[in-house]
Amino acid sequence: MKVKHLHTPLSDEDVLGLKAGDNVLISGVIYTARDAAHKKMVELIERGEPLPIDLKGQVIYYVGPAPAKPGQAIGSAGPTTSGRMDAYTPLMLEQGMKACIGKGLRSAAVKEALEKNKGVYLAAVGGAGALLSKRIISSEVVAYPELGAEAIHRLEVKDFPATVINDAYGNDLYEEGIKAYAR
Amino acid sequence: MREITASTITEQVAEMCQEANIYLGDDVINALKKALVDEESPAGKEVLKQLIENVEIARNEKIPICQDTGFAVFFVEWGQEVHLTGGSLEDAINEGVRRGYREGYLRKSIVGDPLERINTGDNTPAVIHTSLVPGDRVKITFAPKGGGSENMSTVKMLKPSDGVEGVVDFVVNHVRESGSNPCPPIVVGVGIGGTFDKVALLAKKALVRPLGRPHPKPFYASLEQRILKEVNKLGIGPQGFGGRVTALAVHIETFPAHIASLPAAVNINCHVARHVERVI
Ligand code: SF4
Repeated sequence: MKVKHLHTPLSDEDVLGLKAGDNVLISGVIYTARDAAHKKMVELIERGEPLPIDLKGQVIYYVGPAPAKPGQAIGSAGPTTSGRMDAYTPLMLEQGMKACIGKGLRSAAVKEALEKNKGVYLAAVGGAGALLSKRIISSEVVAYPELGAEAIHRLEVKDFPATVINDAYGNDLYEEGIKAYAR
Repeated sequence: MREITASTITEQVAEMCQEANIYLGDDVINALKKALVDEESPAGKEVLKQLIENVEIARNEKIPICQDTGFAVFFVEWGQEVHLTGGSLEDAINEGVRRGYREGYLRKSIVGDPLERINTGDNTPAVIHTSLVPGDRVKITFAPKGGGSENMSTVKMLKPSDGVEGVVDFVVNHVRESGSNPCPPIVVGVGIGGTFDKVALLAKKALVRPLGRPHPKPFYASLEQRILKEVNKLGIGPQGFGGRVTALAVHIETFPAHIASLPAAVNINCHVARHVERVI
């Protein structure tokens, strides 16, 4: 199986080179955010105030990690269900976010926004939290520490595995996969 | 009368919280290995390999299999010849959860008020289902339940005339709509009968049955197989990337029903189908 290496931050060319079904390995800095952090960021955007992180070219990972044991960079850290972020994602893409990583179905509005803003939606393997934590070299809270596991973390990742679900051309692996195997 | 102290319950519960979240049961591991053999899609196979490797990493490093270490759900069968001393059962279990989740570096995922949504910080309170049974033993089953798969669950009051076909359609359609959200391959817990409240509990109970153990009644054992086959025709596959193995198992639990009702419930579990049992 062909694997593409991505280095963050991502450019439009990086994104346009990806097709639904591609496997990627991501290296560099990515940021975490779940529902609560998204809500706070979108409120700032709507008020025209600066965000705690610059979203240009960024990759956002939907994850609420388990606490790190002493000596660990991070606890288990697999993706959470992306659908809960659907309401916020188009606005995040407009702010320059290039990719988000989660698991599960996205809304039609998110898919449209991915095409319009040249973004991709990636899935990491849900439930593989122990395995994925091994690809995270460091983790540091950069905003909203009061949210605990839901705070925005800056993660340094090396060869973090994900699969392209929705590319910038309107393709959807979830739909294609089912079409190929339903009987 | 046999006596058990609240602190015994607390200690056992604290251990169970860590055990269930770190070591996936052999029943589920075997089902994942079998799925790897059955799966035809390359993407699906790749996912299954990662899941099996993930379970091994969790075991070797003693870290949670999944970061969502769940709502702490307990089934307690309390022998009526046992006297509990030194505190209440609820407090003893909650103290065990508090300790287990702290000492095991497990994620605290519970908010104290469903609308205010402030984390309780210790993963309490637990959801505890207690039943009194004959004898002088206490059986505790712990099944932490992740939010992703719990959200993909439903109850429907079918009409008696809907019959077996109605139940099959209801379950299969629900799995189709859930798609990739509950982290497939999934385990499908189905409740049939009882009341609105009872049927949901039946579906939950179905999930703590070890995988590979069919319903004791041949009729329901074959219905489980039939629904499993239908579900695996959906093509969702591991993680929804397309494939043959959408579900590892379908478990049905039933209860008598009112002459006017046919309640049915589906409680979905992900492949991290955690459940441990202890008899004290
Ligand atoms: S559904 Fe299960 S495997 Fe997926 S994130 Fe939740 S607990 Fe983990």
